[in-house]
Order: sequence, then C-alpha cells, then structure tokens
Amino acid sequence: MRFNVLEHQLVPEHRLVAEEDADRVLKALKITRDQLPKIRKSDPVIQVLEKIEGPIEEGRIIRVTRVSGTAGVSEAYRLVIGR
Amino acid sequence: MMSSMRGVTKRIQSIKFALLSPDEIRRMSATKIITADTYDDDGFPIDMGLMDSHLGVIEPGLRCKTCGGKVDDCPGHFGHIDLAMPVIHVGYVKDIKKLLQATCRKCGRLLLTRQQAQEYMAEMEQVEELGGDVTEVGYVTKETAREAQKRQRCPHCGEEQGKVTLDKPTTFREDGHKLTPKEVRERLERIPNEDLRVLGMNPEVARPEWMVLTALLVPPVTVRPSITLESGDRSEDDLTHKLVDVLRINQRLRENRDAGAPQLIVEDLWELLQYHVTTYFDNQTSGIPPARHRSGRPLKTLVQRLKGKEGRFRSNLSGKRVNFSARTVISPDPILSINEVGVPVEAARELTVPVHVQAYNSEIVKQWVKRGPAPLGPLGEYAPGVNYVIRPDGRRIRVTDKNAEVVAEAVEIGYTVERQLVDGDIVLFNRQPSLHRMSMMAHEVRVMPHKTFRFNLAVCPPYNADFDGDEMNLHVLQSEEARAEARVLMRVQEHILSPRFGGPVIGGIHDHITGSFLLTYKESKFTREEVTFILSKIDIRDLPPPDIKKGGKEFWSGKALFSAILPKDLSMTFKSSIAPKGDIGLKELKEEDSLVVIKDGVVLSGTIDENGVGAFKGKILDKLARDYGPDAARVFIDKGTKMAIGAIMIRGFTTGIDDEDIPEEAKKQIADSLRTAIEKVEGLVESYKRGELEQMPGRSLEETLEVEAMKILGRARDLAGQIAGKHLGIENSAVIMARSGARGSMLNLSQMAGSIGQQAVRGERLSRGYWNRTLPHFKKGDLGAEAKGFVKSSYKSGLHPTEYFFHAMGGREGLVDTAVRTSRSGYMQRRLINALEDLKVKEDGTVRNTADTIIQFKFGEDGVDPSRSVQGRAVDIDDILQEVLGEEPSWKERLREQEMASYGLTEKDMYVEISEEEVEVEEEEPPSEE
Repeated sequence: MRFNVLEHQLVPEHRLVAEEDADRVLKALKITRDQLPKIRKSDPVIQVLEKIEGPIEEGRIIRVTRVSGTAGVSEAYRLVIGR
Repeated sequence: MMSSMRGVTKRIQSIKFALLSPDEIRRMSATKIITADTYDDDGFPIDMGLMDSHLGVIEPGLRCKTCGGKVDDCPGHFGHIDLAMPVIHVGYVKDIKKLLQATCRKCGRLLLTRQQAQEYMAEMEQVEELGGDVTEVGYVTKETAREAQKRQRCPHCGEEQGKVTLDKPTTFREDGHKLTPKEVRERLERIPNEDLRVLGMNPEVARPEWMVLTALLVPPVTVRPSITLESGDRSEDDLTHKLVDVLRINQRLRENRDAGAPQLIVEDLWELLQYHVTTYFDNQTSGIPPARHRSGRPLKTLVQRLKGKEGRFRSNLSGKRVNFSARTVISPDPILSINEVGVPVEAARELTVPVHVQAYNSEIVKQWVKRGPAPLGPLGEYAPGVNYVIRPDGRRIRVTDKNAEVVAEAVEIGYTVERQLVDGDIVLFNRQPSLHRMSMMAHEVRVMPHKTFRFNLAVCPPYNADFDGDEMNLHVLQSEEARAEARVLMRVQEHILSPRFGGPVIGGIHDHITGSFLLTYKESKFTREEVTFILSKIDIRDLPPPDIKKGGKEFWSGKALFSAILPKDLSMTFKSSIAPKGDIGLKELKEEDSLVVIKDGVVLSGTIDENGVGAFKGKILDKLARDYGPDAARVFIDKGTKMAIGAIMIRGFTTGIDDEDIPEEAKKQIADSLRTAIEKVEGLVESYKRGELEQMPGRSLEETLEVEAMKILGRARDLAGQIAGKHLGIENSAVIMARSGARGSMLNLSQMAGSIGQQAVRGERLSRGYWNRTLPHFKKGDLGAEAKGFVKSSYKSGLHPTEYFFHAMGGREGLVDTAVRTSRSGYMQRRLINALEDLKVKEDGTVRNTADTIIQFKFGEDGVDPSRSVQGRAVDIDDILQEVLGEEPSWKERLREQEMASYGLTEKDMYVEISEEEVEVEEEEPPSEE
C-alpha cells in the first residue's frame, strides 16, 4: 500500500465495530443490518482497516466519526459488502 | 368504471424484467403479418397486413376483430413477423458479447470450474441477503463474467477458446471470422441453465438465445396510428414505415434463400434485414446511418419514442399536462398582500373548484347553479357561476344560460358542482424554472379585471420574476386535503425564510428600499398632511403624537412612523447597508445614521434600508418571521412596503444621467490620475523590455508584468471612482439607490462618472485579435494600457472606437459565460434531483429513501432545519439571555457575530442572472492588493 488514506486530512475516522457491539448499535438506531449504508470491501479505507484489524468479513459494521460543519462531531455507520 | 376505481391504491411489490421467447411472441400475437401492404383500394385494412384489423381499431365505428371492442374499449393487440433468418437484437449486443466470451465455443459451459462457479454463486447470494440492490448484485456477476473470459481453455471439454470481438453495432467475430446471427444463436442455445444462474440470469424467463430474434413482435395499430390528411391521403406512423421495410426485405430474403440464390446475395439481404430490424429498435445506433423519411427527416423509432426530454419518460410519465390551470403574463400590484394573486375574470370563469353538495350547502349551491355560467353581481361585478354539474353516476352536465334553471332543480345531495373561482380560494402559483420550493407557492385568489396575473412586488425575488413579459402558471387545487395542505405548508408567508440560508427571500426590493431610506434617514420629518397620506396606505387610523416641534409647527419623524408597524416588544441592533465599509468606530456609524437600534418597538437610531427590510438581507424580516411567526411577518412586509412607497411618493424620486454630473475640476483630476497610471504602466513595460523588472515568485516575467499592470490600472479605476464619488453626495438619487442597496452599486456609478477601467477576457488583459496586437490601431507588440483594453472613458462621456471594441470583447465573454453556466447548472440540478427525489426525513430524524435504508443518520448531521434556526444554531442563546435578563447587548459584539454568520448571504450569488441589463458592467477586480 502506497499510503494510508486514513491519515489524509479529508478522510474521517473509520473504526471497525466489534461484532458483539454490532447489535447494540443496530438496536440504538432501531434498524436492521440491511438498512445501513454500504461500503465495499474494495474501498481503500477497508483495505487499510484490514491491515490493522485482520480480514474483515462482509456484514461487519464500520463506524465513521466525522467532524461536521453543522454538528461539531457526528457518527455514521457503514455495512461492509463484497467487492 | 372510473368512479369505482377511485381510491383503490395498490403497492408494487416487485418488477420482473424478462425476455420474450419466440414462442411467447407467437402466442401473444393476434395475427401473423406477411404482406407489406397496409390498405386495399377501398381503404380497408388488408388481412395479414400491417394494419390488419385484428391488431385493434383506430377508426371510430369499426370493431376490433380480436376482441370486438370499439375504439376506446379495445387496447390493441400485438401481431408478429416470422423472420426468414435470425437477427441480433441491438439492445442486447453487450449481453450477447459477455455470454459468448464467458462460455465455451464447443460445449457451451461457463468457462469456470465447478468450484469457482459455486463460490461466485455464494457471494451473489450473500450480497442479496445483506440488502444489496440490483446494481450491487450486478457487480458480482460482472466480476464472474470477467473471470470466465480470462480462461483460454474450457475446463469441461478442454476446447481451445477463440477471441470473440464485437464489430459495432451488431457483427460478432471470432478470431476475425464473422459469426452469423444463426451461429451466435446456436452457441447461446448450448449454454446450460445452471451456468446462466451464476451469470445472474434467470433461464426460466430469459434464455440467452432469445436475444437473437427469430420472430419480431409487431405493436398494435393503436401504438402507431395512421393519420388522414385533409386531402384524404393517409400518412403512416414512422414505426409502420419501418415495419414495411422489414417485411419487404424479409420477403425478398426468403424468396432468394428458397430459390437457392448465391450465398453472397443471401448474405447481403440478411445484413439488410439486420439493418432494418436494428433501426426499428434504435435509429440512433452508432456506426450505422439512421433510416430516413422521404423528406430526409430521420425516423422516430422505438428508442427515440422513449429517450430524452421529449421522450415518453420525461415528457409523458414524469411530467404531464394538467387541467384546472392557467398561464398568462404577470404584472405588479403593490396593493395586494404578498399572499394574494390577482386573477383575470376570464381565467376565473374557466377555473373551477369542485363543491360537494351536502345538506348544509345544498340551498346555496342550487342558487349558484341557477345563476348560470357567467353571472354578475348587483353592481355588475364578477360573481362566481357554475360550469359543470357532476351527477353521482359520474356524468357531467355543462351548465348554460338556457339550462341553468332546469339543472339547478335537479341538484341534490351527492352531486358535485364545479364552482368558478372566488376571492379567497387557494391556488398554487408557479414560475419556471422551478429551481427551489419557493418557485411554487400557494396564494389566495383576488378576481380582478384585465388580463394579467398580478402579485405583490415583494414576492418577485423567490420566483425570480420581473415584468418584462414574464408569464406564470396557476393551478387550482381540487380536493379538500390538497387545499388544507397548501394552506398550512405552501402559503407565501410560510416561505419568507429560505431553507437554503435561513434568511428572508421575500422582502423589499428597489423602491421599497429607497422609500424606507427616505422615510428614516437621519432627521427626515413629515408634516401632518404627509403623515396622513403615508398612514392612509396602511391600516392605521389614529395619528401618533407628533414627536418634533419646530417653529411652532408639528412634525412626525420618519423613524416614529416606521416604528408604528413594529411589534411593541421588538428590540434589536444591526448595521445599515449605508454604513461605510471596513472596521469603523461607533462614532462614524452614528454620524452616518447607520447603526440601527430598535428598543421596545421604537427605532431609536439608524436608517432602515436593505439590511433592514430588503429581500435576502432584511434583518427585521428575519427576526419577525422567526420570533413573531409568518403571519406577523406577512403583515409587516405588506405594511412596510406600502409605507415605503408612500414615503417615496411624497419626496418624489428619479434618476438620470445627470446624476453622474461631476464638475470640470473633478474631470480634470480624473484624467490626470488616469494619465499617471497609464504612464506608470508604460514605465513598467519599459523596465520589462530592459529586463529590469523584478520577477514575482511563481510567475514568469510576462505574467509579472501583466499582474502589475492590472494592479495599477485597477487602482486607477478605483481612484477615478473615488474622485467622482466625492462629488456625488448622499442627496444624489443614484447614490441613494447604490448605498441603500435598492439598485446598482458604487462601482456602477464610478464607471458612469469616472472611468470604465480595464476590460478582461479570462481574467487577463485583452491580447487576441491581430498578430501581436489587439487592433491595427496599435503598434505590434505594444504592451501599454490602451493597447491592451484599458478604457479611460466613462459610460457618460462615451467610448472611443477602440475602447468600444474592447468593451464588446469583455461583454461577449460575460454573455457566453451566463449561457454556458445556465445550461450546465440545469443539467447538474437534474442529476441531483433524480438522485435525491425519493429521500425523506423520518420521524426519528434519519434521512431515508423509499427502500427505508438510511442515507444520513441525522438530517444535516445536526437535525436542524436551517429555516427555523438562528444562523445555523437551534437556539439563539444571546437573544434568550437578553430577553430574560433584560440586558443591553454590547452592540459591537452583536455586529461581529452577525458578520461572522452572514457568510454567502448576497443576492449576487443567489441566481445565475440572465437577460439582465447589467451583465457586462462587473469587471474583474484586479488580484487582491495586499
């Protein structure tokens, strides 16, 4: 890997949500897994996360913590899907 | 039938796309088509021709031979043509190519091992399970096919694979040899069902060989009706023409093939048949010439019917023509409230509201009907009539003067009556382009004489309307729900604050701003008669006590008059738009009367201008709409604008070119300063030629010269403006308009009185035209100010011929820019709206699409509606503190906050302004002068 996208100024913080926390997150949002926005396994961010966390299977959840112009800090979630 | 269908709503659960098999085509076909002829000599359709009466009826009186229905009952029926040789369907060439490349040329199996295929299948299923949509599943199958194409040898039968290429539009080649459609079809037939599933196809409904046509479906005649001209000649639809071509070639091909004609001839005909079938589907296929009409016009075939702006989707399905609507020229009426619209009598008589007859209203409704379709009131004024009476069985009865009495007698509970518009009816009013939600607002009707729609000038900004011939549309709501919804959500006053930047989009313009300036500037005072005149325009009956006494006479200050329409507990502080720019002290602000202080509903100081009541910027409007509600804001705008107009009428207001008159002395001064600037540039050029110019970091020597020259000349124009401005005081009408924000800018004035300044194309001094010079009036290689587009003259003095030409060059760029900008931003908006149209904020604050998947976890990430927030925040803490503690805010701090918050709040960047007379004036500012 030539460079770590997570270190780029414009890329917000991405964290893998532990499998045991996933249900808690979904419950808090009152949604099912398939209603989450998606992120591809081939996404550069996932590639970097896999370097850190080991292989990430499809169906795992990523937490994106973003500095927001309107809300200060905001949290979003992504569901990992294939390709 | 219609009435029983009403109210039945059904939900589409899924849509399945499949291919038509030749069997299915023949099964759904009402008749086989064999002859290319349409009608016989008597004008009757020929059996088994393209207009066969089994295909439906288009002429009234005739009956369909398939279903027996008449014109409106028979939906039409398909026929079919049996093709002599198979041809490729252009719409599927990409899929055919993919399939040919991914499967074995001999055994037809997918070029993957069984294990690989299973892996891809599992992946596909998982994506589906995780809520992946069709496109996401598509990515997997695409990858599967790509993997299969890489294999050179079949893992099942060991056959060496050839390289299949596509010769656009419909010719396939394998290692350079042509594959006939027949061969292609045979290969596709060999692909086993289970391999198709791996590639994302469902073989039960879509076998790949069906992509190569052996039978062609012929649409019903209702889809391609022929029209009879006045001369009695029949004119056929483009599709029919194309089908005739297909039939002719098909016939010839069959005859030649059966007669055992040479291979070459058969192949040529086969290719011709392919051409006709291809253009029948899509007449804009790249790589082949479009089929043309005798007149040379390209035929409009199937794809052309669907595609683009005039296609079925955008023109007939997404957009429709509607009833109960009107369109006419608009004109202003300052007497109307902002939420009213003046509707011409002629339009009001045509536009109707359905009224259901009930016990409580049956008597009055009968009276309406009895009056007929064009009743007049006791004074000969407009009174609403009734155009149609609708019986419970759905039959419509037109009301005429003759039958009015009879029809009125028959009206009883259960009937519906279409009543003409009356004052107070709620209607939707719209001006295209509808770029934001304020482009379509609900107004209350005022029926008026004359032929234009009329509305208050304060509503021009949201519609971006002017009265140079603009037309607008009006729609009458037809149900109680719609009317209630419009009244709550769409009325003009609900849209004073824009959701884009949280400020007011409705407010004073032009004369409103000039008027309030004249009313409130410094010690403006008015006599009893004048005050009576101004207050007579608004609903104030009692004269307030006079607050100025001078020379034994009583006067009213303008500020006191303006205070009369403010809420009694309003307190705020802000800077007027006339305030001098830059960081200035309290003293200077006060001197110019440009610090507005309102306490308990009284204007203590300051001038009310664009920053107070102007559209986009009015601070008072903003506060009123937010804190006192839309209705209070509406009343304020109505009264404020009328009052301003009253004030401007007392003083009188005009502007002309003599407003830019400056003394000879000043003219000389300007000429001197321009001359020195030009000499300076000359000096610069000299030092450049001598090579003494000091290069700027990151710039070439030439660029340095250009930048320096632009800087000097820009400064020269500003200086000329300043000199001119010294002689144009605030009593000057043009200056009043510019400073108060009513119209024009000080730059405009300095260009009229002082100097127009440097003309630019692409932000650079003019340089193109002749070889090494802009015009033959100059020496080659002249880099001086005048030779490169500096215009010394002012608009008032007039331009020299060369200057005029340079000015036209700069002006042309502006014109082209706006044209390009509008078309580009229109397309961008379309794409954006197509992507966002189904998004919705749900009760839990998330933004979701119709599939209920989350798009944004909280609306705008903070869940705040900008039009209900205070400068982007949900609560204005300072305001609350002030209210609770009763403390005076530090005006300086307040102003600083406002400045920080008011980023991007200018009218200039709101709209792409087209067709405006000021297009060319805004010259490029020279790069900032640090």
